[in-house]
Amino acid sequence: MSPQILSLLFDSLLQTLWMVAVSGVLGTVIGTPIGLLLATTGRGELLQCWTFNRIGGVIINATRSTPFIILVVAIIPFTRLITGTSIGTNAAIVPLTVAAAPFIARIVEAAIRAVEPGLIEAAQAMGATPLQIIGRVLLPEALPAIVLGLTLAAVSLVGYSAMVGAVGGGGLGDLGIRYGYQRFLPDVMAAVVIVLILLVQLIQSLGEAIARRVNKRQITR
Amino acid sequence: MIELQQIEKRFSTRTTGDAVRALDGIDLTINAGEIFGIIGRSGAGKSTLLRVINMLERPTAGRVLVDGVDMARLNATDLRAARRHIGMIFQHFNLLSSRTVFANVALPLQLAGTPRAQIGARVAALLDLVGLTALRDRYPAELSGGQKQRVGIARALASGPKVLLCDEATSALDPETTRAILRLLADINAKLGLTIVLITHEMPVIREICHRVAVIEAGRIIEQGTVFDIFTRSESPITRSFIDQVMGRALPEHLQRLLRDQPQDGDQTVLRITFTGNTATDPVISMLSRTLGVDLNILHGQIDYIRDEPFGILVVATRADPSQRTAIEQFLTRNQLGLEVLGYVAANPVIAV
Repeated sequence: MSPQILSLLFDSLLQTLWMVAVSGVLGTVIGTPIGLLLATTGRGELLQCWTFNRIGGVIINATRSTPFIILVVAIIPFTRLITGTSIGTNAAIVPLTVAAAPFIARIVEAAIRAVEPGLIEAAQAMGATPLQIIGRVLLPEALPAIVLGLTLAAVSLVGYSAMVGAVGGGGLGDLGIRYGYQRFLPDVMAAVVIVLILLVQLIQSLGEAIARRVNKRQITR
Repeated sequence: MIELQQIEKRFSTRTTGDAVRALDGIDLTINAGEIFGIIGRSGAGKSTLLRVINMLERPTAGRVLVDGVDMARLNATDLRAARRHIGMIFQHFNLLSSRTVFANVALPLQLAGTPRAQIGARVAALLDLVGLTALRDRYPAELSGGQKQRVGIARALASGPKVLLCDEATSALDPETTRAILRLLADINAKLGLTIVLITHEMPVIREICHRVAVIEAGRIIEQGTVFDIFTRSESPITRSFIDQVMGRALPEHLQRLLRDQPQDGDQTVLRITFTGNTATDPVISMLSRTLGVDLNILHGQIDYIRDEPFGILVVATRADPSQRTAIEQFLTRNQLGLEVLGYVAANPVIAV
């Protein structure tokens, strides 16, 4: 493999990392509160608010059922509004975030709902406010599941980021398609796949290690 | 301390819209400083009743007074403040797995906005009280059931409550641990003058520490009184079935099979004699056979203690004829003992086995 290709591979890796990291963080920042609200606004729950629960659920389902490549193209006006352009790595972050946030919201919702209802009852019996219950009980208790869910989301984002080549987003997937497939360079394709495998492996191990650390249900001393 | 007046709780089922009456006109007064037990089978409504006291379940009708405060009329803020004076412990402990023992006990204080320095001292004192000082930095996953319930108790006491609600607090524990936890509760009751309300389906728990008890069935209180009175004088079949958990009042299986309702020639009469209070220590059987000249064959018996008062039963067989039986009856009544004819057995029941 020529040095030029190697440097291309390195640049593409950086682009992928940048896109996944920024959209992952933004998706978490937007998705977590939405997930929290979804998990606590249902019937008979802490912040019961049926309207929000229903409308929020429908919007999230709509976003999640749109194929990503169509989402990328469909929200181009919105992307342009936010980043001033519709092409390039930074522009690609917008659809990635839009796809990640509802995904993460559902992950957080599921993790919060899995917290033992007895803990909520105990906190209520202590005179805790709904916000205290969320902050001091639900979030800390759901943290191990949330960390594992975010790991899953990050891995999915690596996959999604391969598609943003369509809007000039760059990244490893784009490199694989343009050089490995269209210019028929199998060694480039192989290199891209290997780097992607290593990247996903790394994200998964890191996520699991953090989840183990914050999970106090199984303690090994 | 706690007064429940005409409490009703109806749950509507989603499918038919029919209301299920979980509580149906409950009147109950629990005095300050006593340990009050509520016993009932699963589904009898005891869990709902306990939760009505701190408004985890809002009653459909009726008044709940805790320390003179009408709980149902409090707004959200005042209710939270009132709940800090009512501690609660649970069957499955409900500890936060993400917090250490120390941090679990500290939680109610943090929620109440207690300054950090005071929290440290208060939690240390509580852990000392429940005997968990050495485990303060452990997580719940590393504790045994009994230790977890001790954390639960320390946590419930953190905000200095006047009332402690115990929701089947020992039902998930083995008998030995159960006794240790009950001793701790009795200890706290004596030391802190705390009013304790506990619900259970286990009569041994009631006998072990309760002063008074109420029996609940199908959402109604069917009987209440001091534990001793309920144990010795209750006639309700439901109460009796609970008491049988503790007292071998029911006859052993093989004796039960030999009993018949109508006497046959040469049969002996089987009597159950119930001792209560001070009569339990009198040498009644020897007095009986000496004064009346009847022979009594002891088939089964048990003496137990309820809060230091002896209570016992004795099942005897005798050849006594009807006139002698009347004499036995009069003698026992005079001596304040209970008598019940259980049936008749063949001349020598033991050999007949």
